Amino acid sequence: MFKDFKKYAIIYYLWIIIFVVLPILLIFIQSFLDMNHHFNLINYKTFFSSTYLKMTFNSIIYALLITLICLMLAFPTAYLILKTKYKKILLILLILPSWINLLLKTYAFMGLLATKGFLNNILVLLNLNPVQFLFTIKGFLIVSIYIFIPFMILPIYNSIEQIPENLIKAAQDLGANKWQIIKKIIIPLSKNGINAGIQVVFIPSLSIFMITRLIAGNQIITLGTAIEEHFLVTGNWGMGAAIGSILIISLFLSIFIVQYPRKKFLRKKNVDIPSVGGANV
Amino acid sequence: MFKKISRNLFLTMMFIFLYFPIFYLIIYSFNSGDTMVSFDGFSLKWYRELLHNKDILIIILNTVIVALISALIASIIGTLGAIAIYQTKNKQKQNILYSLNSVLIISPDVIIGISFLLLFTVFAIPFGFMSVCLAHIAFSIPVVVIMILPKLNQLNGNIIYAAKDLGASEYQVFSRILLPLIKPGLIIGFFTAFTYSLDDFAVTFFVTGNGFTTLAVNIYSSARIGISLEINALSTIIFVITFVMAILYYIFEIRGGKSKYVKNN
Repeated sequence: MFKDFKKYAIIYYLWIIIFVVLPILLIFIQSFLDMNHHFNLINYKTFFSSTYLKMTFNSIIYALLITLICLMLAFPTAYLILKTKYKKILLILLILPSWINLLLKTYAFMGLLATKGFLNNILVLLNLNPVQFLFTIKGFLIVSIYIFIPFMILPIYNSIEQIPENLIKAAQDLGANKWQIIKKIIIPLSKNGINAGIQVVFIPSLSIFMITRLIAGNQIITLGTAIEEHFLVTGNWGMGAAIGSILIISLFLSIFIVQYPRKKFLRKKNVDIPSVGGANV
Repeated sequence: MFKKISRNLFLTMMFIFLYFPIFYLIIYSFNSGDTMVSFDGFSLKWYRELLHNKDILIIILNTVIVALISALIASIIGTLGAIAIYQTKNKQKQNILYSLNSVLIISPDVIIGISFLLLFTVFAIPFGFMSVCLAHIAFSIPVVVIMILPKLNQLNGNIIYAAKDLGASEYQVFSRILLPLIKPGLIIGFFTAFTYSLDDFAVTFFVTGNGFTTLAVNIYSSARIGISLEINALSTIIFVITFVMAILYYIFEIRGGKSKYVKNN
C-alpha cells in the first residue's frame, strides 16, 4: 500500500529484533553459562534438584491460590456491577486503584498489617488476639489478591457485558432459575474473559518478587524472587536465566494450550478473540 | 428487596477492600506524628516537607520525564508498527508479527527486566536515565500497537486507493486519512504507555543505575529503612489527580460519546 512508508517501518522491525527476539535469545544463552562463563548444563541440573523443584511447586500453589480467590471475588463483582444502574462509573471506580503505583499500595499494607498496625488494633478492640500478618503467607496472599483483583474484574466484566440480553430472557421464559442462568449461560459464555483474567493474574503472581520481599520477608520464595536473587544478589546470572528460561517456556506452552482449542472453536464460529491485556506488575 | 440488599452489601465490601489501603495512606498523610501506626493529630507538615524535599522532587521529575519521553517515542514507533502489521498482506506473516508484538505484553516483568539487563550489558549501554528510557519505550510500543490496530482494521482499504488515484501523496494519505482514523486509538495508546511507565517497578529496578531512580524504585529501596510520611502526602496528591482524570474520562469519553452517537443517528 505504501512504498515510502516501508523505510520508516524498519524502526519497528528493528524494535522487534533488538527488544523482543534478541533479549529472549540472550536469556537462553545465559542459562547455559555457569559462574565462570563456561558452557554447560549445570544450571538446569541444579534446577531439577529437590530444592528448586519444591520452590517451583510452592510458587505454583501460591499463584493458583491467588488466581482462584481473585476469580471467586471478581466474577460476582463483575456480574453484580452489570446489574446496577451505574455500571460504567462503578467499573471505573473499581479499576481506579490499579492506576495507583503498586509500590504505594504495598507500602500502605505495610502500615495496615504491621504488628501494631490498624488491622491488629481492630482485633484488639474486638477482644481478639492480634495476628502476625507481615512476613507470613497470610499477608502475602492478602496483598497479592488486592493488587491483582482489578485485572481479573476487567476482562470478566467485558465478556459478561457482551452476552446478549435476549439469551437470558429466553432462558427465563423457558423457566430457568437464576442459578441455572448463571451456570448454563453466563459462565460458559464468559469463558474467554475468565481465561484472560486467569492469564493476567496467574503469570504475574508466579513471578512477582516485590510483594514477597516487602510483605512476606523471606518466608516465601516465588520463581520471580529466585530470579531476582540470582541476578541482583548472588550474581549467578546463569542460574537466574535458567529459571527464567523455564518460566518462559512454560508460559508459551500454557498460552498455546489455553488458546489453541479456543482459536479453533472460535474460527468455526467466526468470532474475534479478544486480546489479552497484561497486568503490569 | 433482599436480593438487592445482599448485592449492594457485596459490592460495598469490595469497594471497602479496594479503597481502604488508599484511604489509609491518605489519612496518615495528615498525621502530625512520624509513623503510619499511631495518629497523633491533624497537620499539613508532611505536605510542606514534601514541597521542600529536593531529592523527592527530583525523583518525581525523573519519573514523569521518563514517562513522557517513552510514551511519546513509543506512540510514534507503535503507529509505524500498527500500519506495518496492517498492510502486511500475507496472513501468516501478519500473525507472526502480531505474536511477536504481544510477547512483551504477556511476559512477566521479571523476565523483561533480566532480558533487558542482559541486552544493555551486551551492548554496553550505561545504566541510568538512558537505559531506563530505552526499556520503557520498548515495553510501551506493543501496547500502542494494540490500541491502534483495531482502528486500522475498521478502515475500508478502497478509500486509500481512491485517494491515491486522485493524486494524494503518501504523506497526504497518512495525514488526511490514516491519522484522523487512528487518533482515538493513538491517544489511548499514549496514555496507556504513560501510565505503564509511571507504574513500572520491576523492569526499572533491573535496568537502573546508581545515580538514577524513579519513584517506585525509590520506595522499594527505602521501604525497609522506613519511609517518611511525605510519601503519604505524595500518594494523596497522586490519588486526587488520578481520581479527577478518571472522572473527566468518564464525562468526556462515556457520556460524551453516547450523546455524539445519538446526534449522528
